[in-house]
Amino acid sequence: MTLRKITKRRFLAYALAVPIAAQVAITSHAAQAAKIKVAGIYTQPIQQKWDARLHQALDKAANAGDIEYVFSEKVANTDYVRVLREYAESGVNLIVGEAFGISKEARQVADDYPNISFLMGDPFEPHGSNFAVFDNYIHEPCYLMGMIAGTMTKSNKIGMVGGYPIGEVNRLFHAFMAGARSTNPDVEFKVNFIGSWYDPPKAKEAAFAQIETGVDVLYAERAGVVDAAREKGIVAFGNVNDMNKEENGTDVVVTSALWHMESAIGNAIAEVKAGTFKAANYKEWTMMAKGGASLAPYYEFDSQISADVKAKVAKLQSEIMSGSFTVEINDEEPKSTF
Amino acid sequence: MSDLLEIFLTAGFWAATIRIACPLILGTIGELICERAGVLNLGIEGIMTIGAMSGWMWVYQGGDLWTGLMFAAFIGALFGLLHSLFAVHLGLSQHVSGIGITMLASSLSFFVFRMMLPSSTTPPKIVPFRPINIPGLSDMPFFGEAIFSHTPMTYFCFAVVPVVIYVLYRTPVGLAVRMAGENPMAVEAQGINVLTVRTAAVATGSAFMAVGGAYLTMSAFDAFYFGMINGRGWICVALVIFASWRPGKALLGALLFAGLDAMQVRAQQFTGGLIPYQFFLMLPYVLSIAAMIVMARRAQYPKALLIPFRRGERI
Repeated sequence: MTLRKITKRRFLAYALAVPIAAQVAITSHAAQAAKIKVAGIYTQPIQQKWDARLHQALDKAANAGDIEYVFSEKVANTDYVRVLREYAESGVNLIVGEAFGISKEARQVADDYPNISFLMGDPFEPHGSNFAVFDNYIHEPCYLMGMIAGTMTKSNKIGMVGGYPIGEVNRLFHAFMAGARSTNPDVEFKVNFIGSWYDPPKAKEAAFAQIETGVDVLYAERAGVVDAAREKGIVAFGNVNDMNKEENGTDVVVTSALWHMESAIGNAIAEVKAGTFKAANYKEWTMMAKGGASLAPYYEFDSQISADVKAKVAKLQSEIMSGSFTVEINDEEPKSTF
Repeated sequence: MSDLLEIFLTAGFWAATIRIACPLILGTIGELICERAGVLNLGIEGIMTIGAMSGWMWVYQGGDLWTGLMFAAFIGALFGLLHSLFAVHLGLSQHVSGIGITMLASSLSFFVFRMMLPSSTTPPKIVPFRPINIPGLSDMPFFGEAIFSHTPMTYFCFAVVPVVIYVLYRTPVGLAVRMAGENPMAVEAQGINVLTVRTAAVATGSAFMAVGGAYLTMSAFDAFYFGMINGRGWICVALVIFASWRPGKALLGALLFAGLDAMQVRAQQFTGGLIPYQFFLMLPYVLSIAAMIVMARRAQYPKALLIPFRRGERI
């Protein structure tokens, strides 16, 4: 092996070549449709349907080639800030997650990384320049479901089983109740909270107890309710995901209030790419007008709902879309009415 | 008040009590067997979780429901053996080992679940045990719905109790187990290996716990999720004390707790809304503590509970 003599000319050539090569590398990377790196951090496994909606939306964007997607699931709140910082340090451009239990701490992390965009599930206001918030505002399809439910109950009694009476659950209950009352003023409600986000046997027992009191239509905010409805031969309405197809709800689940994070996340990705990401409240991105919520198909129940009701629902749906009808948001704890 | 009394007169309340009690019965009986042999098993929460997962997974992979239960029992027994390795053979702290088993088993069950089903975004489902119609009995008024409207596994849970009582009090094996928890020296003097007796008791008890967990995924519901057990295991540990280490009373305790739970679900629905729902959710736990205060005064715990046995060691 011979030692290369570093001549002045060679030195200059190297000295110039390195930055040029680096420059080329950077521009070719940018030319790759500016694929940004997005991290998802979830407090629950991605089988939990709330997180599943985020995961599915990000997965879709990754498959479409818009982003490079990495995620961590089942991150406890006590560990969340560490994971946030790790992803922030790893050089991601956008972090999508949930800050419900750690609103303050997550904002502090966002302050420390002003160049990274945060889109977090959070009940409070956006923060600083880079901390945007969202929550699922699917009360509009809940209202539409209530309208159908009101016409389907023969006993005029509807049962509702929820996890905890927090704002985002309460508003769905109230919208459902308002919708049901709009088509059936005589309808009454039973309300149960099981004090857990996932305990299907318990939710099922609550639903059974409601059925004993004469309830013949259920609103299945939590998993387990649909099974109770199936066993007792009554119908149920689903929440967040299409429970007719995804939770074994054939012949039981009339329709579901769907939550879609695709448009919200799509918007965030586009803004990050354009460099215009703002600390906004994404509330409207999870509502019907912007494609954040919708009513699932009726499937086999299509023939069982009267054409009149379907027309009413379709009409109100277009009114909600156009903004001429607003479903009231009521975050107070709902109570049984009979 | 009359509303409250009305609850007890509905068949649905009693049916719910029986359903809610099942996992607690098996868990409590399992814990009781371990403790009667002198070994506290705080691995119960995790063992119930892995039982719920493995039984469910067995069926999801195409297995039969009853062999699924056997598989859950087998996996539970394995974790029981692990616990006895630390707590019985090495004589380490039973508390620490038990908590460790709970953490290992619950994390491992989720790990295995996610490795085997990496992409599902909603927990997949199986066809679980279905309520069976018993000719004649199921059509009876009130009792038909309250008692004879359940799944085969529910009856199995109740059938376990008399069998355990018989074995524990009427057979030499049961005598050896009870002696290992009272006076292991006496067992040793009889030429019986204390460590073997305790290991077998812990493995058997853990198998019961695992099947109790499997009740939740194979009879009460049809899908697995990692947080499913939701503290039921810890309730069982308390129920053993409530039962003052007697299987018959354990059955009563499980039924009492389940009854309170079934009641709170119904009481929560009362109108008026003066009492927050959390109060009702809390009721079964508070009343269990109250009952325990009364019962525990006369509790007779196994004398060698928590004391590791080392052969040849002088006490």
